[in-house]
Amino acid sequence: MTAPAQQHYNYAYLDEQSKRMIRRAILKAVAIPGYQVPFASREMPLARGWGTGGMQVTAALIGPSDTLKVIDQGADDTTNAVSIRRFFSRVAHVATTEKTRAASVIQTRHRIPETPLSAGQIIVYQVPMPEPLRKLEASERETRKMHGYGEYGLMHVKLYEDIARYGHVATSYDYPVAVAERYVTAPSPIPKFDNPKMNMSPALQLFGAGREKRIYAIPPHTRVRSLDFEDHPFTVQRWSTPCALCGTTKTYLDEVVIDDRGGRMFVCSDSEYCEERREAGHAGAMLASAEAMKLVDARQPEDAP
Amino acid sequence: MSAAAQPSLADDAAPVLSVEGLTKLYGDRIGCRDISFSLWPGEVLGIVGESGSGKSTLLRCLAGLARPSAGRIAITLEGESFDLFALDEPTRRRLMRTAWGIVHQSPRDGLRMGISAGGNVGERLIDAGSRHYGDIRAAAEDWLGRVEIDSSRIDDRPGQFSGGMQQRLQIARVLVSGPRIVFMDEPTGGLDVSVQARLLDLLRVLVRDLGIAAVIVTHDLAVARLLTDRLIVMKDGHVVEEGLTDQVLDDPHHAYTQLLTSAVLT
Amino acid sequence: MYVAVKGGEAAILASYDLLAETRRGNPSVPELRLAQIREQMGTAVARVMSEGSLYDADLAALALKQAQGDAVEAIFLLRAFRTTLARFGSSEPLDTSTMRVRRRVSATYKDLPGGQVLGPTYDYTHRLFDFTLGEESAATPEARPADAPLDAVMARVPDILGQEGLLEVEQPAAGDPAPTDITRDSLSFPAGRDVRLQTLARGDEGFLLGLAYSVQRGFGHNHPFVGEIRLGEVAVEFTPEELGFPVDLGDLTLTECQMVNQFAGSKHVPPQFTRGYGLSFGHAERKAMAMSIVDRSLKARALGEEVVYPAQQEEFVLYHSDNVEAAGFVEHLKLPHYVDFQAELELIRRIRAERAAHAQGATMPEAAE
Repeated sequence: MTAPAQQHYNYAYLDEQSKRMIRRAILKAVAIPGYQVPFASREMPLARGWGTGGMQVTAALIGPSDTLKVIDQGADDTTNAVSIRRFFSRVAHVATTEKTRAASVIQTRHRIPETPLSAGQIIVYQVPMPEPLRKLEASERETRKMHGYGEYGLMHVKLYEDIARYGHVATSYDYPVAVAERYVTAPSPIPKFDNPKMNMSPALQLFGAGREKRIYAIPPHTRVRSLDFEDHPFTVQRWSTPCALCGTTKTYLDEVVIDDRGGRMFVCSDSEYCEERREAGHAGAMLASAEAMKLVDARQPEDAP
Repeated sequence: MSAAAQPSLADDAAPVLSVEGLTKLYGDRIGCRDISFSLWPGEVLGIVGESGSGKSTLLRCLAGLARPSAGRIAITLEGESFDLFALDEPTRRRLMRTAWGIVHQSPRDGLRMGISAGGNVGERLIDAGSRHYGDIRAAAEDWLGRVEIDSSRIDDRPGQFSGGMQQRLQIARVLVSGPRIVFMDEPTGGLDVSVQARLLDLLRVLVRDLGIAAVIVTHDLAVARLLTDRLIVMKDGHVVEEGLTDQVLDDPHHAYTQLLTSAVLT
Repeated sequence: MYVAVKGGEAAILASYDLLAETRRGNPSVPELRLAQIREQMGTAVARVMSEGSLYDADLAALALKQAQGDAVEAIFLLRAFRTTLARFGSSEPLDTSTMRVRRRVSATYKDLPGGQVLGPTYDYTHRLFDFTLGEESAATPEARPADAPLDAVMARVPDILGQEGLLEVEQPAAGDPAPTDITRDSLSFPAGRDVRLQTLARGDEGFLLGLAYSVQRGFGHNHPFVGEIRLGEVAVEFTPEELGFPVDLGDLTLTECQMVNQFAGSKHVPPQFTRGYGLSFGHAERKAMAMSIVDRSLKARALGEEVVYPAQQEEFVLYHSDNVEAAGFVEHLKLPHYVDFQAELELIRRIRAERAAHAQGATMPEAAE
């Protein structure tokens, strides 16, 4: 976008009427936790499927006093996260940060930060497919009835089929949850590792699906239960090795291929969390060699946000 | 007479299903008109007639699949009586998945073809609230056994089954939740004779053992004689004769029934 | 590599420069001017305006230039601009019978009031290259005017059929409520005709063309006749609240197609014809025709016809016809998905390891998650 373009667009891109419409949808979503509120999704200057739902929610909420963090796959520096952060710093003149603790609004695709969220923070999820029942029932008319009547048996039939076939529930991300024991809800394609972070979170969780034109919410301190069977309780992924860079065993790890001979290292998917630990003096088994190979920046003074 | 062997007929005071003045029109065309009868706990009622006689229309209304144009269908469950079409939709949908069952003529209409045999049977238990994988699986295995499907086939999909097995699987899926009423639409249609005989035998035993009330639509009087206690004969959307099965078949009064029974005998 | 995902911002900025350079192409060739695109690439401009739902030939030309001629990208640019515009209100309904017709053909009548008007069409050109277009020409092509002016008002073929009662009657709902604006309300089902027509008008030409073709080939039960196609200019009128009478805002170039289809009738309705409607900005007959066939096909449920084919299923058609949404979602697959992929890797490795352990005869307790 060139400089003159800014004069053609409203603060935070969307016109105020559209923002009000989105805020009404958000309020309704907060009032009915987990219910997908249809809204008149606007075209955004980013392609559908690239976070237009999350961007509309963020655009409707954000103001000059906010501090925005944007992550994609847990990292602040992936190209789409950079692109969205640039967009808002340009059209909404907000401060941006990579620090989870410093952010008032966090827009995310596919992860929840490892640093626990706190009261007053808002996390905005980008959602590709808001309907958790869609793969079981193609018709929107029918799925709306199923939600309305609380007919969720089919979801457990799917879990049954997985266990019968694989011995496990074979859903590893976008793992369905029951919100406040009422609506079955898609948590967006976060790994199921992150599901427990949604439960009773002190932060407000908002979900925007732009292409599918739905907004839903999990208010603070709401029970979020991952669906399971009594004798096959929900569990999360675990790794046999700690993060190669910061040594933690408590995070979701990315697998990085480091040479063409099949060499791999496992590192925190949440790059900011990993850096914070390294700055605090924690070191994983491969940190020194990774620094030497310039795979990561050597430790340096903290940037001002 | 098989009905006499059923003690429940005498013991229970209230019919489980009672139909008054049921009429279903499709535009100007009559599906069925002014049908009234009662079904008692443990009783098996047959509806016979030729194609187009309105028997399938009647069954669809009884099962809650089609809304009648006039008349009333009262259902009694757990001592409580209610009008089927006065129920709100979620309640009706829930009852259809738990308290009653429908065995369709084509297993494809009654089964989920993309889901294993175990999952098909387990779905009704899950609908009824079960959330214990082991229990669901054990019940599915038990029911596959009762309909004579080897438990080693529990993880196979219905598409891998023969027509007769698919129909038995459909029956297991319906009966697992312990329904009070089962509706069957030509349950042996499309099966060859030896497979039919085996299925009929199985149905007879299951219905008798479980004391389920059933309504069976068939054009096959042999099926009616084997399974049903009482018969309704339909023609052009109307009931032309009704009575105990043996009486109707052995001593038909209406000319149309006489024609039907003679067609079978010759 | 771990560093590969770093420095995203620098890479993005560099990609802008590379894109600009690629767009410009060889600098020794003169740069395209928007007026050239607007005037000489008219059908491309028309498609971008139709599917971008904004009648602005200059912006559509800019979009095409910025997108290097990629229609879907250009449509996206126009949509992303349109969505930020303020709404003043709705125009008066357009009356296409008063269209200043440049082309009007009917396949159902040999001749009819107003006549057949062939107008500008590729239909009877042979698809042979005109190599003279490869050279700059000093001569300006000029068409000879007709001997007599066309009728100012031309009845539309469905109006003619309607007088005989042979065409289904289409009336606005009681009280003539304002139509839904699909850019202000999200789709819900069953969708009204207003919603359907707006969605189809914005729908991807290629998608609708394929659906219409499928209907003709037997994946649908329609037997369409082109009642009429007309192309020309129609005045748009708007009634400002403070004035209370309509004001002429200018002209739109429109292509309208009314497709006439058989209908067997039912118990209550005698056999008659039914209508499929197509409308697009500019000269866009293929789009308007495809739209009208799909519109009729989507009437199947309301007419009591069997609904079995894709073109008859409104959720399928209306949810999947928008190329901005479709392109975005298909192309988003190139965004990183390594968190999800890692989750899948972990699951598959675990299941395989457990299977292998089983196969080795180890008497493991049943796998528990």
